[in-house]
Amino acid sequence: MTLAVVCRAILGWAAIIAVIATALFVAAGSSYLQYRTPVYVAAGFAGVVALCLLLVQPLLATGMLPGLPLRAGRRVHRWTGVALVLAVAMHVAGLGIASPPDMLDALTFTAPTLFSVFGVVAMWALVAAALLAGVRKRRSLRPQAWRLAHCTAAAVVVVGSVAHAMLIEGTMGSVSKTLLCALVIGSSALTAARLRPWAGAWRAWPGQARK
Amino acid sequence: MSQVPMVRRRFVAAGAAALLAAGPGLTSPARVQGLAPTKSMRGGANNYLPGAPVVDRIGGGGFTMSGTVRRAGDGTPLKGIRIQIWAHTVEGRESEVRSHGATLTNADGIFQLDMPQIVPIFGQPHGHLAYDSGGFRTVFLRPVMASARDTSLSAHFVLEPA
Repeated sequence: MTLAVVCRAILGWAAIIAVIATALFVAAGSSYLQYRTPVYVAAGFAGVVALCLLLVQPLLATGMLPGLPLRAGRRVHRWTGVALVLAVAMHVAGLGIASPPDMLDALTFTAPTLFSVFGVVAMWALVAAALLAGVRKRRSLRPQAWRLAHCTAAAVVVVGSVAHAMLIEGTMGSVSKTLLCALVIGSSALTAARLRPWAGAWRAWPGQARK
Repeated sequence: MSQVPMVRRRFVAAGAAALLAAGPGLTSPARVQGLAPTKSMRGGANNYLPGAPVVDRIGGGGFTMSGTVRRAGDGTPLKGIRIQIWAHTVEGRESEVRSHGATLTNADGIFQLDMPQIVPIFGQPHGHLAYDSGGFRTVFLRPVMASARDTSLSAHFVLEPA
């Protein structure tokens, strides 16, 4: 390992940790927290943590995080995926306890707020991506088709979550939130460019193969 | 040589004349049909506790909720109408009894109630208002503040007989 590679690894991790730590630190200092119940505070933070996980999740899948090459990255990717599902479950359950009618409106797409729609769509896309991850080893889908399906669901999660977060007036600081969201979009776009999940998904389709 | 079917100046003049003739009819249908009743807003009834008492002020005050109540059709201001108000404030959550209060409209159909500062909850700084007294059809409103730093919010009711 050359010095340049080590320096790049340190800088890369430092940047990611700085962005996530700043987002969490600013949210923890919000004046709104004092007017909320512990359950609501925990639910809100679960949402912030989920957004932070979305930053590293695509990078882990492509082995782009310094020190975590593809194979190791994918192993961590599975666990951060589980953490992401748990964080979103805590977010939804906690907000449901804090204000049942508001959560019911959101889940039934009858809320007055547009961000609820984005959030709930992202949640179901996350469920789809997680279920796909669960059945991957069964090989019920060809690898290329599985990858396209998982990446499509992940893209909906990313776009939905970023729109959800940006439209919300909550504990997150507007600058740190915008920076985090921009980087989440960036890391996902970088991953899509690297993985090219659309490549081969149609080419190897049984009907196409005969041609 | 081709002939222009209509001179531009005449075209503009004709258009302007047509707009002038039809304009008032297009812009104010309310004058013909009467003032339309206010519809309940989505999520307006969330965390509603019926029967909030008429109070001078909710909690310590510092934030002003105001508005008007008129009758559908002719727009007559309605006096003595009970409007219930609640919100997530610096003193309590939406679902807490102490966050709820009611007030009555004056002779001009205007109501105003002092309440604690509203803080954002569920992603938006918003208040809740209800007309639910029986004489007119029930209406629930959920106005959103332009800024979380605002110290007042207003909402207007146009009621139709139940």
